[in-house]
Amino acid sequence: MVVGTRELSKKFGERVAVDQVDLEIPSGVCFGVLGPNGAGKTTTLRMIYGVTQPTSGTIHVFGMDITKNLRAVRSRLGVTLQQNVLIEALSPKENLQVFGRYHLLREPELSRRAEQLIDFLELRSHADVPVRQLSGGFQRRLSIALSLINAPELLILDEPTTGLDPAVRLALWSRVRELREAGTTVLITTHYMDEAQRLCDQVAIIAAGKVIASGAPAELIVSRLAPETVEFDFTPNEEALLFDGFEPKRRLRIGRRLMLYVDDAAHLIERIRGHDKGDRRPVIVRPTNLEDVFLSLTGTSLEGNP
Amino acid sequence: MSLSLPYALAVWRRNAAMYKRTWKWNILPNFFEPVFYLFSIGVGVGAYISQMAGTSYLAFIAPGLVCVAAMNGASFEVTYNIYVRLVFEKTYDAMLTTPIEPDDILAGELLWAATRSCIYGGCFFVVLMLFGLTPLPSSLWVLLLIPLTGFLFATIGMVFSLRIPNIDMFSFYFTLFLTPLFLFSDVFFPLKERLTGGWLWLAEALPLLHPVRLARASFRGEFSVTVLWDLAYIFGISFILLLWARRGVRHRLTN
Repeated sequence: MVVGTRELSKKFGERVAVDQVDLEIPSGVCFGVLGPNGAGKTTTLRMIYGVTQPTSGTIHVFGMDITKNLRAVRSRLGVTLQQNVLIEALSPKENLQVFGRYHLLREPELSRRAEQLIDFLELRSHADVPVRQLSGGFQRRLSIALSLINAPELLILDEPTTGLDPAVRLALWSRVRELREAGTTVLITTHYMDEAQRLCDQVAIIAAGKVIASGAPAELIVSRLAPETVEFDFTPNEEALLFDGFEPKRRLRIGRRLMLYVDDAAHLIERIRGHDKGDRRPVIVRPTNLEDVFLSLTGTSLEGNP
Repeated sequence: MSLSLPYALAVWRRNAAMYKRTWKWNILPNFFEPVFYLFSIGVGVGAYISQMAGTSYLAFIAPGLVCVAAMNGASFEVTYNIYVRLVFEKTYDAMLTTPIEPDDILAGELLWAATRSCIYGGCFFVVLMLFGLTPLPSSLWVLLLIPLTGFLFATIGMVFSLRIPNIDMFSFYFTLFLTPLFLFSDVFFPLKERLTGGWLWLAEALPLLHPVRLARASFRGEFSVTVLWDLAYIFGISFILLLWARRGVRHRLTN
């Protein structure tokens, strides 16, 4: 077990940010902590790498109690924060060297690691350009490179792809997969369910500081909902008629939008066509994803409003 | 206690790496500023003053201005620069993902501020030497006084920076604290000849007064028992503020 938390809680004054969270992250997996903004994801991470003191509960990282072995634990992990923390006047190479010294790396190891990471995150073309001239995608890649300077056994990524364009996101995901294949344990927070589904072996969905579901993404989808989703606009009256004598595994309504989770969509579509009398309203059939699981668990959309 | 010198030096080296990039431009004003003071106040105003405490007015203000330079060098670093790193750039949040701890950050930053004070104060001293205003060898004691002055003002500024709600508060720090210190700490006139009774005692609280007195004693090579009091003040206040800043840093960074 690389990370284990037990009844981990954090209160800020009266506000409970993290509430009795149990997490078990085995070695070598990519583990996702999912939830909307303000769910307590970042606070949970900060407690895991020892910057925020828990109000109660225990945390073990690499088998050590984080509160008693801060330096030993942190020397073996890397963290990419939500905000890029870079020295804008310096180049990526110089930033890597400054950050490497935080881990007491010395030459020639320091430069060797920096060069490796410049290649790994494809920063070579701009390795000597001041960071302030780099695009957002470049800066993000450099931030991740910084957190890898000590060749960490555990990489913590706090919302790594927020605000990035699709191409950069895809590139970063493949880097994360490579790291995981090389044996690095990855702990990632995100509010993008597609990201979690593509990257993570296991996820914990948290809302209002509590873990409300956990497991492998595919298992969560099958156990909580059903493999296929049929999505269309339907009024509540029509809905009542449609389901007279037929009950899908689960349905979810957000405004006029109705989502039905079924094992076999064909049968349901036939039913809908029978009801709309040649109206042929647009119906979407798609695989059920983690976002549906999240919606069904919380009844709210991730981005705040349905 | 969790201070580790290698980690504190890593913090110091971060700032040094940035400064190395721009030092050629940064250091120039450090030379111009003293020249302007010396010409305007020392030579210009000094022309109307035949003698000041047994020396020319220029020679009277020279030692105090070295301390002012050291004070300013440290103060800029621990006010605006610290605040930007703390609040906007999140530099310390990133450091705390590594084995660096809050005590290392505080030590590294204070050492860096003291280093900046040495650069400012040292440049000023060099200019004074070129003007022939530094009696040798006694004035060389000032080279030890500069980092102490820098450290004192680094701790003062640090405590302030950790407690203010927004960056605009620094204008108070500069105009209501540092400027009066500059004007009323024995640099331009002997304070004790203008004050009496209780005011004299109160003046002893001014933090810049003590470095200035020490610098002047060093330039003149006249050391009295006051030197011990001035040194005790500098070390004592620095130490108390250091403990206070330590609490502040932990509070700000680890919650």
